[in-house]
Amino acid sequence: MDFSFSEEQTLLRNTIQSFVQDNYDFDKRREIIQSEEGIKKENWQQFAELGLLGAPFSEEDGGMGFGSVETMIVAEEFGKGLVVEPYIQTIVTCGGFLRRSNPAQREKYIPGIISGEDIWAFAYAEPQGRYNLNDLTTTAILDGDEYTVNGYKCVVSGAPWANKLIVSVRTSGDQRDKEGISLLIIEKNSDGVSLRDYPTVDGSRASEITFENVKVSKDNLIGEEGKSADLLELVVDETIAAVCSEAVGAMAILNDATVEYCKTRKQFGQPIGKFQVLQHRMVDMFMQYEQSVSMTYMVNLKLEEDYPERRKAASGAKVQIAKAAKFIGQSAVQLHGGMGMTDELNVGHYFKRLSMIENVFGNIDHHLKQYSLAD
Amino acid sequence: MDIEFTKEDENFRLEVRDFIDKNFPQNIKDIDKRTDLTRDDMFSWHKALYKKGWIAPHWPKEYGGTGWNITQRYIWDQECANAGTTPLIPFGLTMLGPVIIGFGNDNQKDWVLKGILSGEDWWCQGYSEPGAGSDLASLRTKAEKIGDHYVVNGHKIWTTLAQFADWMFCLVRTNSDGKPQEGISFLLIDMKSEGIEVKPIITMDGGHEVNEVFLEDVKVPVENLVGEENMGWTIAKYLLGNERTGIAGVARSKKAIERLKEIAGSEYIDGKNLINDSDFVRKISELEVDLTALEYTELRTLAKESKGEGAGAESSILKIKGTEIQQRITELTVEAIGHYSNPYLVPAFERQGSNYLTIGPDYSHGAAQNYFSTRKTSIYGGSNEIQKNIIAKMVLGL
Repeated sequence: MDFSFSEEQTLLRNTIQSFVQDNYDFDKRREIIQSEEGIKKENWQQFAELGLLGAPFSEEDGGMGFGSVETMIVAEEFGKGLVVEPYIQTIVTCGGFLRRSNPAQREKYIPGIISGEDIWAFAYAEPQGRYNLNDLTTTAILDGDEYTVNGYKCVVSGAPWANKLIVSVRTSGDQRDKEGISLLIIEKNSDGVSLRDYPTVDGSRASEITFENVKVSKDNLIGEEGKSADLLELVVDETIAAVCSEAVGAMAILNDATVEYCKTRKQFGQPIGKFQVLQHRMVDMFMQYEQSVSMTYMVNLKLEEDYPERRKAASGAKVQIAKAAKFIGQSAVQLHGGMGMTDELNVGHYFKRLSMIENVFGNIDHHLKQYSLAD
Repeated sequence: MDIEFTKEDENFRLEVRDFIDKNFPQNIKDIDKRTDLTRDDMFSWHKALYKKGWIAPHWPKEYGGTGWNITQRYIWDQECANAGTTPLIPFGLTMLGPVIIGFGNDNQKDWVLKGILSGEDWWCQGYSEPGAGSDLASLRTKAEKIGDHYVVNGHKIWTTLAQFADWMFCLVRTNSDGKPQEGISFLLIDMKSEGIEVKPIITMDGGHEVNEVFLEDVKVPVENLVGEENMGWTIAKYLLGNERTGIAGVARSKKAIERLKEIAGSEYIDGKNLINDSDFVRKISELEVDLTALEYTELRTLAKESKGEGAGAESSILKIKGTEIQQRITELTVEAIGHYSNPYLVPAFERQGSNYLTIGPDYSHGAAQNYFSTRKTSIYGGSNEIQKNIIAKMVLGL
């Protein structure tokens, strides 16, 4: 049992910290999210140069062969800077599927990710399905060598920037069956794919995607037809672990900012941080943060475990992180008073991102239920 | 970074499990651990561990510690909790021992540590006074140096298990000028000394655990001073820091949740087991998530400590969260039991010889008393509010 980081891991952290420091101060980030594109392609290229885009891929596939602890470090440091480039979506989620795809697919798709050429998005959510990954009405029907895909995916994070999609579809079974779920790689510019792009509240972008008689080659099927529910859950759990790490980074910044503010802001003739009622609120924020760090370590170290351990780890972590995100976010705004409400202070921006993280891939209720069902 | 157990770790687990199985005293295995233990009962497990050399896992090896790493300590705690061993009395082992190792002179290191390890000396803690609770530094029990003795006069309160104790480590005032923290000393007092009177305090659960201790012209040899005169506050803070890391009680809380689930599996609601009731299960799940977070927070703290970085004030979090969780478990246990949490069960030692009929299922006995009694955990050892003050000051710099 060991909770220390290796020298290489510390180096990785330092690298990302200096990237964030140089490229992601408040004004630079504002410029990026207000630009037409919404991300900065130069940043993505820099990730490629730093080797970050190849992090989780095996050396055989041209990657760095890093594990979940490295992903945790990257995501946490990106969280501190509220980095909007879709690293988790492309590398952790879609990369997670592709790493486990067949040799031909790995050879075809992974180099484009590592070089920074391709950005990927994962289209899984449907309006009626809420957080149930298996609740799918989007269908794919095989005829000869081609699937025909019809359906609708909502709030696909990062899709406006992506050129490639991984889509969860139903190839057989009833709407919520575990059996009959398949994963398809679909080029975004395929005929019949239409997107409505929009900004999200946290400064990112997403799309509503309609699939209308989209023809997809059989070669684009990841894994076995109808048998992908477990893979889907595995990669989503890995994504949850990364998102938790990102949240921990964002929480750290909010806690520091709040303590700093309360030391300098004066009312009633003294710094407001001298008031015990505020001190205890900040201690509660600190404890929520520490407990979140612990759960984030835990889930990242347990991703290799089987059911039900991994299910419990991921759902448990998501519950803790969502609670902490809400409490720390709301408290940071409260303790900053009127200033906390403004757009010109970073506090609101971190609060908004944390609020989105609260329910991404399932909110507290969803994961508490998952947790208890995994017994 | 990893949380794997190695082959050696697993072997260690088997060794530990086997040892507990063979050596945990049979006669205290199945009795109600909360209310029925005598002094000898409480020490029988201590003695078995002493014989094996496993009595003080958190002490440095040269003073009688085991030299276990954090994984081994983790396994040890888990196995003890799973086997339901009686908790060891912490006053000597957890509190005073590390203080003597850190601040005691050679003579004290010899006799005090020996007595703690063997279990020959039972220690109690003379800290709180009627006028000095959370504001401990305002304590007024006075020690006056006359010749080669201190003469101690004062009144201590909430002294846990003082009725059994041979010795008391005690904070006394040796100087009334200047800041209150600067006039406190740390004395070792023989409970058999003339002028000491112990009066029981019965708590709301019906138990006798805490006492008042009155000291009137009690003579204490000067060689029983630990550290320098007037440096008692530094020692007291050191002691509290040590106390915090041991207080999380993760393994025992895990076990208690298991028991809670068993109870919920025996109780009914609307024709189904309570364990299948989504409202109730949700409460248990939230508790388990909290406990898992605490488990890893404790492991992170231990890892830091084992690298000599010191647990620091962050460890106050272990005290706060650990006791909140313990309290929540006892609360949910009462909730799970329902009607049968209400009957008051007379402790076994009071009902001996009578035809006392027990009421309700076995697991209901003492559950409410346990809930009432566990309210103390957020009050003792520096109340949870004081712990928050410590974090605010020492960690956040407020």
